[in-house]
Amino acid sequence: MSILGTRVLRTEDPRLLTHGGTYVDDVRAPELTGAAQVTFVRSPFAHALIKGVDTAAALAAPGVIAVLTSADINDIPPQQAPPEGGPPPVSEVAPPPRGGVWDEPLLAVDRVRFVGEPVAIVLTDEGYQGEDAAELVIVDYEPLPAVVGITESLAGVTLLFPHAGSNITVDRAAAAAAFDGCAVVVEREIMNQRVAPVPMEGRAAAASWADGKLTVWASTQNAQYGRDMLADACGLDPAAIRVIAPDVGGGFGAKVGVDRDAIAVARAARHTGRPVRWVETRSENLTAMTHGRAQRQTVKIGGNRDGRVLAYRLDVVQDAGAYPRMGEFLPKLTSLMSAGPYDIATVTAGYRVVVTNTTPVAAYRGAGRPEATAAIERAMDLFAAEIGMDPAEVRRQNLVPPDRFPYQSPSGARYDTGDYAGALDKVLAGAGYPELRAEQARRRQRGDVVQLGIGVSSYVEITAGDAADGETARVVVNDDGTVTIYTGSSAHGQGHHTAWAMIVENDLAIPMARVTVKHGDTDEVPAGSGTYASRSLQLGGVAVHRADLAVKEQARKLAAALMEASEADLELEQGSGRWQVRGDPSASRSWAEVARHAGAEGLSAFVNYRDGVPTFPFGSHLAVVEVDTETGKVTLVRHVTVDDAGTVLNPVLTEGQRHGGIAQGVAQALLEEMMYDADGNPLTATLADYAAITSAELPSFELLASETPATTNPLGAKGIGEAGTIGATPAMQNAVIDAVSHLGVRHIDMPTTPSRVWAAISNARNHQ
Amino acid sequence: MTVNGGRLEAEVADRTLLVHFLREVAGLTATNVGCDTSSCGACTVLLDGQSVKSCTVLAAQADGHQITTLEGLASDGEMHPVQRAFHAEHGLQCGFCTPGMVMAAVSLLAEQPHPTEQQVRTGLEGNLCRCTGYHNIVRAVLTAAGHREGQAGR
Repeated sequence: MSILGTRVLRTEDPRLLTHGGTYVDDVRAPELTGAAQVTFVRSPFAHALIKGVDTAAALAAPGVIAVLTSADINDIPPQQAPPEGGPPPVSEVAPPPRGGVWDEPLLAVDRVRFVGEPVAIVLTDEGYQGEDAAELVIVDYEPLPAVVGITESLAGVTLLFPHAGSNITVDRAAAAAAFDGCAVVVEREIMNQRVAPVPMEGRAAAASWADGKLTVWASTQNAQYGRDMLADACGLDPAAIRVIAPDVGGGFGAKVGVDRDAIAVARAARHTGRPVRWVETRSENLTAMTHGRAQRQTVKIGGNRDGRVLAYRLDVVQDAGAYPRMGEFLPKLTSLMSAGPYDIATVTAGYRVVVTNTTPVAAYRGAGRPEATAAIERAMDLFAAEIGMDPAEVRRQNLVPPDRFPYQSPSGARYDTGDYAGALDKVLAGAGYPELRAEQARRRQRGDVVQLGIGVSSYVEITAGDAADGETARVVVNDDGTVTIYTGSSAHGQGHHTAWAMIVENDLAIPMARVTVKHGDTDEVPAGSGTYASRSLQLGGVAVHRADLAVKEQARKLAAALMEASEADLELEQGSGRWQVRGDPSASRSWAEVARHAGAEGLSAFVNYRDGVPTFPFGSHLAVVEVDTETGKVTLVRHVTVDDAGTVLNPVLTEGQRHGGIAQGVAQALLEEMMYDADGNPLTATLADYAAITSAELPSFELLASETPATTNPLGAKGIGEAGTIGATPAMQNAVIDAVSHLGVRHIDMPTTPSRVWAAISNARNHQ
Repeated sequence: MTVNGGRLEAEVADRTLLVHFLREVAGLTATNVGCDTSSCGACTVLLDGQSVKSCTVLAAQADGHQITTLEGLASDGEMHPVQRAFHAEHGLQCGFCTPGMVMAAVSLLAEQPHPTEQQVRTGLEGNLCRCTGYHNIVRAVLTAAGHREGQAGR
């Protein structure tokens, strides 16, 4: 029996459970001996001009090695000249944080644009000294009016980038759409609020500069991309840089590459010649690591009273924060996936991107797709409420039927395989939907204080959207018969070491225990893309599989020569893991014996798998909540899901991804929001204020299995990393609103906090 | 103080936090720092057998006391039942919260050997995890308490 698809426990765990991981702060490499501690001086103002920086007092403080400002790190390679004729479109992919009219410097030059923006760097012998000395750096700020929120940014009274002439970095607003044939049309503005990724390990970087080579240890999802960004920002050849991703304590999209803070740390090492280390505090993390979501959405949905949806329009304004680091990437993905899993004749979507005096916004688990699903799933419920039909029934009527795949969506995506109605029906059956509705009816009839809400969502998402960028694998069979895999994917909790070893065992009949996986070191793995966008298994895993097959063919040739047999007669016997003449185990050769005859180049193969295509996982979620109508308090009682990501390699890992995603989705719907006051001061800059979800606010989840293989890769795999946030968020939000819909409530923005729910109930009652 | 059974003496600045003492003086880096408001529990260790957040204890306050960190939990190469249960139930992903979470779970089970699911959830409220959604952490604690069998696997 193949090991694929079985419940294999992680090989990563014993080390993490007995000695803990080795995160950047734990690295004790000789090059970092005596590393200076980096402490950032950050802007306390959301928007201000810098009139001067006085470092004298800080330089005189105990333990201070250096204080660096933009005046010290000013040899950055020349920026691109701003194009003529107004704000230029910024790149679709994340650009390095510099260049162009929306330039983001490493350290603030003459203006700060968000609270937390790096202004200076203090290097000290010890960390506590850095905290003391940073307070002695005197920055002369001249405060400017702060632009907080999308409305204020669009008004354009205050500009963040006066040279740009506008706060709008991209303008592809949705065109007007025809709703003429619709008997019912509902329109509504929805806030998909700003949230913080909160990986448990924040950002961290250490660097040493010696003999013309820069070595950087970074908490990153992809060392290779980090290396290229560093090369660009330091004016170095990529070959002169080694980036190492040691254990990484979570990323969730916010650790793609390296950001300006990490680049500044590397520059500090080069500038002073001292090894340096920086580990951010949680307050720095919540104000200066990128945030996610932050979209204002206007949805318009129209159709007939029999439940058929005919037209849908989504117009998004993306709050990019102070610097448009991801350009238009997020709302572009939202736009691409705006039609959701539905067959709707007319879909119109568009967006604008604006800058505000807040923390920059970038990818966070789902990166544009949860926003698309949230919009249309809210719209579906609004439409269902308007026509008085069960929301599950409205969905069923409009889901793309299983015989329509591959399906060209009206918003531009090509859905590969799916059974959307099947997923919905499975969730409804698993949850006992009719019984839940009956219980809800009883509570409503009795006028219970605690009402029941049932929220449904159906989704389709895109994973490995950048499949064409490829992923690498090098598989080496060593002379002792062990295997070493060098992967361009970059695990930070997902369990790739276990999964890749399972693929090798399946392909080469070499036990998992004899397989070692290496990742995240650009000297060992020079080419690679990394782990994000739910891409790893379907790209990195397939690359391993293909390299396995190439190694196997080499081995067949070598074994044939060794055994003086014809290649065609040779087989790899799965049980023994030995090469033999077909059906004859009497004379066989081990992998070690074969590898030892491989010559100078060894028995190995390198694959850069570039011919993969994006895949489209789908599913349905159902949340059951209790809402106390007197206090507005929401309790999630059950969460039932189908998340179909194609063929499952290891259910243990897949379920783990689903669990984590569900929790983050519920967290956005129920609790979490990064808030600012009118002056742009963050109000949720510590974990005492930011409501990161805990075990006490969640139930155990009910996961149902479903596997519809992808037809476009040999593993049949689609991505699973982001399904949870995509499916859970709208199911949860819809459930809260459903609980109080009989009181006249049609919508409550996220997070559905007690005060919001209570206010919605009060408003509805006052209007009846 | 006594750290994982071994005596450790050092002179440190008054303001040195226990977590920094453990990481930098004792060289025990499993214990992590995840916040600056005693909210996340990544730094949880046992002080005389009870869980404390070591970011909120001065090293000087631990003078003369027994400290146990994740590194001191296994004995004779055998993982502690809570460690084994976290492995068997896939109760960790990135591993950053794990040292604190495991120590909090050990302390919880010492006080409440047979907790209900809700008691586990409430008991671990002070320890944040961003990867697992807590689902498998809760299962692991219940497994360690003997309430569940581990997942089938190898």
